[in-house]
Amino acid sequence: MAAPPRPESIALLDRLMAALEAKGIVTEAEVAARQASTDKASPETGARMVAKAWTDPAYRALLLSDGKAAAEQMGVSMAGAPPLGVLENTPGRHHLVVCTLCSCYPRAVLGYPPNWYKSFAYRSRAVREPRQVLAEWGLNLPDSVEVRVVDSTADYRWMVLPMRPAGTEGWDEARLAGLVTRDAMVGVAVPVAG
Amino acid sequence: MPDDTPIPAIHDLGGAARFHCTPVEHDEVPPDAFGKKVDALRQILAQKGLMTVDELRRGIESIPESEYFALGYYERWLRSITLLMVEKGQVDRELLP
Repeated sequence: MAAPPRPESIALLDRLMAALEAKGIVTEAEVAARQASTDKASPETGARMVAKAWTDPAYRALLLSDGKAAAEQMGVSMAGAPPLGVLENTPGRHHLVVCTLCSCYPRAVLGYPPNWYKSFAYRSRAVREPRQVLAEWGLNLPDSVEVRVVDSTADYRWMVLPMRPAGTEGWDEARLAGLVTRDAMVGVAVPVAG
Repeated sequence: MPDDTPIPAIHDLGGAARFHCTPVEHDEVPPDAFGKKVDALRQILAQKGLMTVDELRRGIESIPESEYFALGYYERWLRSITLLMVEKGQVDRELLP
């Protein structure tokens, strides 16, 4: 598990905040307000986008061609965010997203990146032995399925459009969205019905 | 035969052999108050035109190896943000660890 910040880091943050506040650059209230708005972003947004793409062909086409525009159609502000590419899983191809250099992640639609996504092990291994990493997490893909790993960067973010599970015929968007986990949109899992 | 493949920089972990036998731990603990505050501060400084994502990364990637792996994720961010604010003359150099 991630270790808590050391006391000297907490003290450094306090000193930096005080110095920036003294210069009139930021206030504690501004930081708190920004934190509160960041806290609101969650994978539920991405899940709604996926569910809509499963039921609305026009939205699916938009999502696959311009993820940012598709997110904005859901009411998410993507101002200043890098482009969002969305990759479609198919019976023959599975996508896995990693950021080998740091932790680049489509935060506006998935929220804060989880600690494992930022871990040295994931960053290192996802590109070298993706099938092994997925298998360790309980996702065993047959050899007939190609695994394509994509590297999110500071300038381009990726998310996965998983396949709609069998047995969900007739489900509405809200019910479908309930099946779509953050892990499925990163590619370390696939949605299952029931 | 000389191997002239450059040694990857510290942050360039894709395929790095040192973690091949390390399982990916299912760590779902959300960011703590410290991390969220550092994150919010970074966003505000970026919005005010005082730093960019590329500058943040350069600051993180310049952390010496021994500290890079010892510091937590948002501790590395804080180190980089502090460095950038010092470099830009916004805060005193004495702030740097």
